[in-house]
Amino acid sequence: MSVPDLAGARRAAREHGDFSLLRERVPYAAFLDVQVRLEGGVPRFRLPFRDTLIGNPALPALHGGVVAGFMENAALLHLLLLLDERKVPKAIDFSIDYLRSANAVDLHAACEVARQGRRVAQVQIRCWQDELGHPGRTREVALGRAHFLLGAVTAP
Amino acid sequence: MSAPMAQKGFFEVLRVNFAQAIPHAKECGMVIDAIDASGARASMPYRDAWLGDTERGVYHTGVITTLVDTVSGLAAVAGAGRFETIATLDLRMDFLRPARQGAGLRVQASCYRLTPSIAFVRASAWQDDEQQPVAVSQSTFMRGPAPGAK
Repeated sequence: MSVPDLAGARRAAREHGDFSLLRERVPYAAFLDVQVRLEGGVPRFRLPFRDTLIGNPALPALHGGVVAGFMENAALLHLLLLLDERKVPKAIDFSIDYLRSANAVDLHAACEVARQGRRVAQVQIRCWQDELGHPGRTREVALGRAHFLLGAVTAP
Repeated sequence: MSAPMAQKGFFEVLRVNFAQAIPHAKECGMVIDAIDASGARASMPYRDAWLGDTERGVYHTGVITTLVDTVSGLAAVAGAGRFETIATLDLRMDFLRPARQGAGLRVQASCYRLTPSIAFVRASAWQDDEQQPVAVSQSTFMRGPAPGAK
C-alpha cells in the first residue's frame, strides 16, 4: 500500500479544498464517509446519513459508536489540518457525553483545540444535527473531548 | 437491587438477533461470542478500512470505540436481564497501545453495577492477547422501560 505524503495531503486540502489524499491516509474516515470543508480556514465535518449507520431501527437512531467514531475522526482530521504534524497524531483517550439520540439524518461536527503543548493536544468536539421539520434549527447530539500525542512539530 | 433471573433463552435471543437488530454492527461484521448475566464478548474481523494511519499500520481508535460501545450496551441489557431500551449517557476510552493492522478485535464488557435507573459498565478490547488490552473503557447507561410497558 503506497502512503500519500502527509504534507502534500495537507497542502491539497488547505489550498485546493481537496481532502481525498488526507482521507486516503485515514481509511476509517473514508469508510464512514466523513466529509470535510474549510469555512474561513476552520474545518467543518459532516457525516452523510446512510441506512447502515443505524444502531436502533425502532426509533430510528444512529449507532452511538458511529457518533463517537465520527467525532474521533473529526478531532484527528482537525489536528491534521491545523497543525503541521509530520506523523498522524496518536489518540490517548476519548470521552463522549451523549445528549440525545441521533436521528436518522446527517451528523455535523466542529472542533476546538483547547490546549496545545509540545507533546499533547486537547481537542473538544461538538456534534449536532438539523432539527427535523425545523429548517435552520439545530440540536446538539453529543459533546466529546480527546487527548492526542503529538510528534515532532515542524517549526513555522 | 437484583435483576430478575433471566432465562437462558433471553441471552440466546440477544445473541442470535444481534446483527439483524443493529444494522451498523452487521455492516462492521461484529459477532457476539458469548453473552450471559455476567457480561458480553464480541469480535470483529480485520479490514483495511479499520486503519487510522496507513503509514504506521494501526487501527483508527474510533473503530475500537464503536465495538466497545456496542458490547457495553449489550452488557447493560444482559445485566438488566430483560429487553429494555437503554441510552448511553457517557463513554470513556483509554487507548493503552496501538491496535495493529492484520488482526481482528475482541471486546469483553460487564455490567458491574445495576440500579433501577442506571447501568455501569466496564470493558476492555484486545487483539491476540486478552492480557495486553489495546483499550479499556467505562460507560454509563440510562435504563428505560421494557418495550410495551406502561
